[in-house]
Amino acid sequence: MITMDIQFEIKGGDFNQAGKASSKIKNRLKQLDIDPSIIKRVVVAAYEAELNVVAHAYHGIMTALFEPDFITVTITDSGPGIENIEQAMQAGFSTASGKVREMGFGAGMGLPNIKKNTDELKIESKVGEGTTLFFKIYY
Amino acid sequence: MRINEILELTEARLVAGDPDSLINIEHAFSSDLMSDVLTLDNHHIILITGLANVQLIRTVEMADLPVVLLCRNKTATPEMIDLANENGTILLETPFSIFRVSGILYSNGLKPVF
Repeated sequence: MITMDIQFEIKGGDFNQAGKASSKIKNRLKQLDIDPSIIKRVVVAAYEAELNVVAHAYHGIMTALFEPDFITVTITDSGPGIENIEQAMQAGFSTASGKVREMGFGAGMGLPNIKKNTDELKIESKVGEGTTLFFKIYY
Repeated sequence: MRINEILELTEARLVAGDPDSLINIEHAFSSDLMSDVLTLDNHHIILITGLANVQLIRTVEMADLPVVLLCRNKTATPEMIDLANENGTILLETPFSIFRVSGILYSNGLKPVF
């Protein structure tokens, strides 16, 4: 398998489009015949990260790199940033709006769920500028 | 449990997906909270819910859940039906409440996730 790189744009606030990037990653992993339990871990983590951009940021770019033995996904957004990453990683902590909660999200479980599903996770954020989330999952 | 049995027991109608699917559902999960649905590890789960929006269909696609049952007469929008057909998700609608459906399916052998 050769290394492949695909990139998607994510628009803040556009819930109708949320999930499209993760869906494309899922289809690509299926084409590569990756184990379904690994595909699920990748797409759940990617979708949670995509939803975070839609729910909190103005604009984001998701880049998926398909390596022979693993996948890396990087999501960089321009947005409000995360004030306290340690606090954001705690299950149940949420700053989501009422609109986000009405749609069935915003329960403060996204980042802990990304951590649960990934082999490596890095988050860097600057308040007032944006956030970069990187994760790696081995096949 | 097969789809045709779920349709019969819950007086549901199929609005998207293959009516002749031979998928065998073993577990059920009742929730309106998609954040919880995304934490499930099991396979062959039917999601019983009262939430009817496009994100429901996206969430079950990502969580790899093959069947969704919309309760208390909630109806799927055309966008939900299109997306479900695109992803191969089986989408059902029932007039029964989540409580009633959960009781019926549990007493007929579907297992809880936890």
